[in-house]
Amino acid sequence: MSEYEHYEAIVVGTGPGGAAAAATFANYGIETLVLERGVEGGSKNVSGGLIYAEESAPYTIDDLFPGFREEASERPITDYQIHNIAGDKVESYDLTKLHEHDTEWSDSVLRRKMDSWLEDRVHERARETGGGLLTGVHVNGLLREEGKIIGVTTDELDPITADVIVAADGVNSELARDAGLMDWDEPEEWFQGVKAVVDMPADVIAERFDIDEDEGVAHLFSGDLFQGVRGGGFLYTNRETLSLGTVFHLDSIVAEQAEPHELLDAMLTHPLLGQWLGDDYTELEYSAKLVPDSKKVALREPHFGRLLVVGDAAGQMQAQGPIIKGMNHAVTAGALAAEAYAEAKARSEPEKAGSHYAKKLRTEGVMQKLRPRGYEMMRGITEGETVSGVVDSVLKSSVGRFGIRAMSGQLERLYNTPSLTSMIPDTQTPYVTLPTVIGEELGTPVTGTSSVTPPSLEERIGDLTYDTDIGKPHIKLLDNSYEASGAAVSACPVSAVGFGGGCYREEVVRTNGSEERVVSLDTQPCVECGTCAVVADTDWEHPRGNKGVEFKWG
Amino acid sequence: MHTVVLTKGVPDFREGQVSFDENGHLERGKTPTVMNPNDKFALEAALQTRVRHGGNVSLMSMGPPGYKEVLQEGMETVYADDLYLVSDREMAAADTWATAITLSAAIENMDEMPDIVFAGFKTADGETGHTGPQANWCLDMPLVTHVISLDIDEEERTLRAKRLVEGDIEEIETVEVSLPAFVVTDPEFVPSYRTAGERLTLKDLRAETQARAPDYEDYLTVWDHADINVDPDYIGLDGSPTIVSSVDPIPKAPAEREATMVDPSDTEGMTEVLEAMQSAVGGDATAAEGD
Ligand SMILES: Cc1cc2nc3c(=O)[nH]c(=O)nc-3n(C[C@H](O)[C@H](O)[C@H](O)COP(=O)(O)OP(=O)(O)OC[C@H]3O[C@@H](n4cnc5c(N)ncnc54)[C@H](O)[C@@H]3O)c2cc1C
Ligand SMILES: Cc1cc2nc3c(=O)[nH]c(=O)nc-3n(C[C@H](O)[C@H](O)[C@H](O)COP(=O)(O)OP(=O)(O)OC[C@H]3O[C@@H](n4cnc5c(N)ncnc54)[C@H](O)[C@@H]3O)c2cc1C
Ligand code: SF4
Repeated sequence: MSEYEHYEAIVVGTGPGGAAAAATFANYGIETLVLERGVEGGSKNVSGGLIYAEESAPYTIDDLFPGFREEASERPITDYQIHNIAGDKVESYDLTKLHEHDTEWSDSVLRRKMDSWLEDRVHERARETGGGLLTGVHVNGLLREEGKIIGVTTDELDPITADVIVAADGVNSELARDAGLMDWDEPEEWFQGVKAVVDMPADVIAERFDIDEDEGVAHLFSGDLFQGVRGGGFLYTNRETLSLGTVFHLDSIVAEQAEPHELLDAMLTHPLLGQWLGDDYTELEYSAKLVPDSKKVALREPHFGRLLVVGDAAGQMQAQGPIIKGMNHAVTAGALAAEAYAEAKARSEPEKAGSHYAKKLRTEGVMQKLRPRGYEMMRGITEGETVSGVVDSVLKSSVGRFGIRAMSGQLERLYNTPSLTSMIPDTQTPYVTLPTVIGEELGTPVTGTSSVTPPSLEERIGDLTYDTDIGKPHIKLLDNSYEASGAAVSACPVSAVGFGGGCYREEVVRTNGSEERVVSLDTQPCVECGTCAVVADTDWEHPRGNKGVEFKWG
Repeated sequence: MHTVVLTKGVPDFREGQVSFDENGHLERGKTPTVMNPNDKFALEAALQTRVRHGGNVSLMSMGPPGYKEVLQEGMETVYADDLYLVSDREMAAADTWATAITLSAAIENMDEMPDIVFAGFKTADGETGHTGPQANWCLDMPLVTHVISLDIDEEERTLRAKRLVEGDIEEIETVEVSLPAFVVTDPEFVPSYRTAGERLTLKDLRAETQARAPDYEDYLTVWDHADINVDPDYIGLDGSPTIVSSVDPIPKAPAEREATMVDPSDTEGMTEVLEAMQSAVGGDATAAEGD
C-alpha cells in the first residue's frame, strides 16, 4: 500500500460550493481538508453578484453559515429594474416580482469579503474534525491507483488520498477535466462576465439611488448598446461601492470579434447611467471570469468514482433571463454532495455517494432549475436558424413593432414570468432584438448625459495586483496560428487588437517572402478568466498556489 | 524538541527608516531598532522543527532593555513560545567574544538544555558572523553553518542539513550531526512543508504566536549577570579583548563610469551608441547593416 497522507474528505476550492460542502462534512463530523489556490478566500473569484436564498432550496448560505447576511454580504436587493435600450431611448420594466419569485432574500456581495469570511469559518469547523483549510495550494490533478481515483496531486504538497473528493474548483475545473467530465471546447456553452467595482460613499448611494441603508437596487441593461453581442449588463449597489458588469455569450463575443472591455465601457458611458455614476467615476477593480451555461453544460451525473463535482465546476450556473444564479446553486450542490457521502457511508456503501448526490440534485429540484425541461423542448425549435431568423425579422418589421406596441401593457408581466424567462432561447431575439424594438417603440429619450471616462485597459491592468510566477507561464499556446488562437486577441478581457500590453497579441511573421498571421501570449496580465481555454488552442492550467492575479474586491 | 534561537536588534536599515547625520554617522535615536533580518531564517528553521517535532522555541537576545520589543517582533512575525532577554549594564559594550560568553552562559542556565541552538548568518550592523560560532565554542556542540534546509531524525537523534559550501550557492553538501547541535542558517534557508498536516499545524502555531504577541511580557524572562552566574570581568566591555582604535567613515564610492545620455529619437546619437556597442563586442557596424 502506498503511504500517502490521508483525509476522509478533500474539498477543492473555497467559493460558495466548497464552503458549503466543507461545512456540511463538518456537521457530520467527517475529517475534511479544504485546499484553495488563492492567497485568501475570494482572491481569485468574481461574481456580479447577487446571492439568492431560494425558498425551494434545501440549503441556503445562511442556513450553513449563521451571521452571513450581517457580516459577509453587502445590501439586500429590494428593487430590480430592467432597461430596454435603443440609442438614447429607454423603456424600463420593474422586475422586482421576478426577482422575488421563490426568493427568501437576495443580497449583493463582494467576493473577497464574502469568501474570506467563509474561509475563516470553514477552517475553524474543519479543524475540529481533524482537518482544516489551506490557502496557497493549487490542486493540479487527480491521484489514481490502478485506474481508480484515490486522491489529489498538488503543486505544493505531496499527494494526498481521501475517501471522497469534492471538486468545488469553479469554472475551468481542472479536476472535472481530468476526470473526463468536462471539456472546454465549445464557446456556445459559456458566458463571459466582465466587471468593474466602483467607489461610492454610502450617502451618495443613498441619494443617487434613493434608498435607505438597508435597501439596495439592481439595474439590468439590454438592447442595442452592445454592438449586437448577445447578453446584457448589470449594476448592483453594495454598501460603499457599486458593481457594474456585463455577461455575454462567449460564442457571440467571438463571432462579433467584440472587445469585452469596450462592451463594458459602452454601458458605463451610456447617458442612462449618468444619473447614478455622476461625474466622479472612480474604478477600484476590473475583473473577468467565464460562467457556465447550465442549460447546456450542467452535468447530469456530476461524479466519477470518489469524485463529486459541485457548482460552476459541474456547470451548475443558471441564467434565468437576466437573473444569474450560480452561487446559490453551488451552495446547495456542495451541501448535497457532502450529505450524500455521509448518508452513503452510514449505509456502508460510500462508493454510491456520487449517484446518490446526482439523485438528490434531481429530487430536490435543482436539476430542473439548471436544465429546465421547457428550454430543452423549445430549444430545437426556437434556436433553429430559420425560426430564430423569422422571429427576429418579424419582430423588427412593422407587424412586430405593432405587436410590441399592442402588448405594451403586458410586456412587463411577461418579463416577470419565471417559466418564460427560464425558456428564453439562446438567440439574438431576446438579448438584442426584442429589447431594442421595445426601446425604439415604447422608450422615452434619456434626458441626462454621461461624464464617465472609464480607465484604459492599460490602466486597468496596471491597477491590478499580481504575483507573477516568473518563467512558469500557466497557459501555453499549443497552436499559435491565427486560425486556431486568433479569437483570443479580442475575446481575452485583458487583450485587444492593436494593444501591446495584454496577454494575446497578433503578429505578422515574414518567412521566405510569405506572410503569416500568428498570435503570441504573455500571461503576466492574465486575470485567469478561462476564455482562452475555450477560444484558443492552449494547454490551460491555473497558476501555482498564491501566484497570478489577486482580486481585492471580486 | 527544544530549540533556542539567538537574535539581535539592529538599526532598521531600510530606506525611509534609517537616518544618518551629515558626517555619515548613524543616528540611533532617529532610527528604529528591529530584529536582525537574517535571524528570521534561524527562527523559521526553529519553527519548522517545532511544526514537525513539537516541543518549544525559545527566542533569546542579549542587549539593552529595549530589545524586548525585538523579541516581541520575532514572536509576532515568525514564532516563539517564550522569550529571554539577557540584559544588564555590566554586559554593555561587549564585543563578539563577550557576547558569545554571555549567551552561552544564558543557554546553560535554562531549565532544559536545547536540542538545537540556531543563530543567524550575520547581523545587519556588526556583520562579523562570529557570535554564533563563538557561542558554540563554549557550548561545544557539533556546528553546522550556512544551512539552507534541514531534517531531523528524532529516534536516531541526528540532524541532517544541506549547507552551502563556503557560502556558495553553486556548491551544496549534506552533513549529518548528532543532537544537540548548533546551526547557523543561511539567508538562502527555505522552510519546507510538504504535507497538509504540517501546514495545518503551522497555521495553528502562527495563529497562537500572533495571539500571544500583544502580551509578550507574560512570556518574557529577563536575566542579569548574576542570574546566569557569570563573572562581570568576563563580559561586557571588561570582557572584550577587541580594541577599536578608530572608526573611519567609508567614503562614498565614486561613480566608476562616465555616462552620456542619449534621447532614443536622436538618430545620430543612437548611431554612435550602436557603434560604441559594436566595437565593444568586437563586431563591425557596417557588416551588421548588410545582413
Ligand atoms: C461577472 C459575473 C457575474 C455573476 N453574477 C452572479 C450573480 O449575480 N449571482 C450568482 O449567484 N452568481 C453569479 N455569477 C456566477 C457565480 O460567481 C458562480 O456561479 C459561483 O461563484 C460558483 O461558485 P463555486 O463555488 O462553484 O466556484 P467559485 O466561486 O469560482 O470558487 C472556486 C474556488 O476554487 C478555487 N480553485 C479553483 N481551482 C483550484 C485548484 N485547482 N486548486 C485549488 N483551488 C482551486 C478558486 O480559487 C475559488 O476560490 C457571476 C459570475 C460572473 C463572472
Ligand atoms: C570590532 C568590534 C567592536 C565592537 N565594539 C562595540 C562596543 O564598543 N560597544 C558595543 O555596544 N558593541 C560593540 N560591538 C558590537 C558587538 O560586538 C556586536 O553587537 C555583537 O557582538 C554581535 O556581533 P555582530 O553584530 O557582528 O553579530 P554576528 O556575529 O554577525 O551575529 C551572528 C548571529 O549571532 C546572534 N547574535 C549576535 N548578537 C547577538 C546578541 N546580542 N544576542 C543574541 N544573539 C546574538 C544572532 O543570531 C546573529 O544573527 C563591536 C563589534 C565589533 C566587530
Ligand atoms: S489569457 Fe486567457 S485566461 Fe488569461 S485573461 Fe486572457 S483569456 Fe482570460
